[in-house]
Amino acid sequence: MKTLAPPPSLLIRLGAPISVILAAILAFVLVACALLAPFIAPYDPTDLASFELMNAELPPAFTADGDPRFVLGTDNQGRDLLSAMLYGARVSIAIGGGAVLLAASLGVTLGLLAGFYGGKVDSVIMRVADVILSFPTILLALLVSGIARALLSGASTAEWAPIILICAIAIHEWVQYARTVRAATMVEAAKDYVRAAKVIGLPSRRIMLRHILPNVMSPVLVISTINLAAAVLTEATLSFLGVGMPPTYPSLGTLIRIGNEFVFSGIWWIALFPALALVILVLAVNIVGDWLRDRFNPKLRVKR
Amino acid sequence: MLKVPLSRLGQAALVMLVVSAVSFVMFRYVGDPVATMSRENASIEEKAELRRSLGLDQPLLVQYGRFLTRTLSGDLGISYRNQRPVTQLIAERLPATLELVIVATILSLAIGIPLGVLCALKPGGIAARLVQAVSLIGISTPTFVTGIVLILVFAVSLGWLPSFGRGQVVDLGWWSTGFLTISGLKSLILPGVTLALYQLTLIMRLVRAEMIDVLSSDYIRFAKARGLPTHYIHFRLALRNALMPVITVTGLQIGSLIAFAIVTETVFQWPGMGLLFIQAVSFVDIPVMAAYLLFVGLLFVLINTVVDILYAVVDPRLRARSA
Repeated sequence: MKTLAPPPSLLIRLGAPISVILAAILAFVLVACALLAPFIAPYDPTDLASFELMNAELPPAFTADGDPRFVLGTDNQGRDLLSAMLYGARVSIAIGGGAVLLAASLGVTLGLLAGFYGGKVDSVIMRVADVILSFPTILLALLVSGIARALLSGASTAEWAPIILICAIAIHEWVQYARTVRAATMVEAAKDYVRAAKVIGLPSRRIMLRHILPNVMSPVLVISTINLAAAVLTEATLSFLGVGMPPTYPSLGTLIRIGNEFVFSGIWWIALFPALALVILVLAVNIVGDWLRDRFNPKLRVKR
Repeated sequence: MLKVPLSRLGQAALVMLVVSAVSFVMFRYVGDPVATMSRENASIEEKAELRRSLGLDQPLLVQYGRFLTRTLSGDLGISYRNQRPVTQLIAERLPATLELVIVATILSLAIGIPLGVLCALKPGGIAARLVQAVSLIGISTPTFVTGIVLILVFAVSLGWLPSFGRGQVVDLGWWSTGFLTISGLKSLILPGVTLALYQLTLIMRLVRAEMIDVLSSDYIRFAKARGLPTHYIHFRLALRNALMPVITVTGLQIGSLIAFAIVTETVFQWPGMGLLFIQAVSFVDIPVMAAYLLFVGLLFVLINTVVDILYAVVDPRLRARSA
């Protein structure tokens, strides 16, 4: 999770305001809790033996008829909601992180190629990027997952769900990486050290990977923070719409989808707590990302 | 003069060709239409007959050509699930989505522009900081969570507003509207607000940025030096210029609002195109998916092209740059 939040000490050295540091710590704690879910969750929601239908739809412990065993209440199947949320957040973060990684590697590669070679390579890659960018994320993601679900038979859809989701989200996000890296590569490629490397006859691949890439990586890391927040939101939206993670292996979005069916019967906690967790997680990452973006954008710094 | 519009039109046609090819490939290769359309225990002869009647035994290019001709004549096939023409389904659902999008756009402009101006005029003020903080929360809150919270508060707890459907609609022949009945208008409030909130943050940030830009330009400084009244400078001179890009972006955003309405429509069971599409995705109803893709693609390309051409016509600098 290197892309998520730089360690707080680094943020302090960069002169971050206290709110950003708090957000970074919060994001760090949330991600740590989610990743350590099997060790800190009171119950194992993936273990069918650990929950009983008898305990279904119990309200949170702090309300009048709450059960002290279940801090945030139980869901419709009698699962402890807090445990389900911890495991769900882990799924959400894993898929979001996976999508960012895939998008970044695809986007950086294509951006490097486009910026380094220019000409036909550049115009083909950027044309494709333009077309993709003219469609909203959610529509493309739905299309990809729709096609994938149609190609796979019903049973294996659930197994492949994480991979389908990662691809569905990455297909839109790589464009931003490609554009940023392309612009930075064009600047670098005109500099003397790259020209010198070309003159002494180094292979293009080596120039791109060893000389240019390290110099264009910092904007990539900055974009990744904001993109991670966006990817987690897209995953949640797809799962909420019922084309994401299945209820047997829920992400935060799936939990909210399940809870949504009970909102009208006054059972508010199944939808509300996962929603709250999702918003807080994304908000914390966004605060850090927003600040990083402004900090590393020289144009904005002058304006302020 | 004509060069830019022509090349833009060429590009638009190319994009539409790609979109139609994708939707054709989906139509043809994703799942077997014959298996989906024939009865459970149809004989091999029956299936072959159906295959022939659908033209699936023809060469690929011929099939694509036929697909294009049929599409251009408005025939987009028959929904596997509803067994009705897709064009008819979309035409039925279009008014619901468009009315929702119109309400959301008006709401977001009506709230977003004043808030953006407020933030730009008093950047350090408490109100501006509050608005900024709320907008960050707004970006981090997915639309469906906003929708669920609104339903919990205004429909379940308070019982003031309906939480699903369009209420009573008035049929105007080819258009069914919810604007003319009280229950229709009431039903529009919650989904309209939910969809508007998605747009609101964007408009607010844009107005703020543009306004700050314009306020630091020379002609505003001269106007101040001349001693013109402040509200005249702010609202007559500055805001007008700051609003130009806002109008463009709002126009461009209508396409993504229509696509994004999928989420809002699911939360509120709003019978629009988005709900139709999401049902098609979960039932693997390929003709409906392909048609929706074509329709939204067309809408996007149309809006983008018109905006680009208008820009080139209005702004001579753009013409010179691309020539």
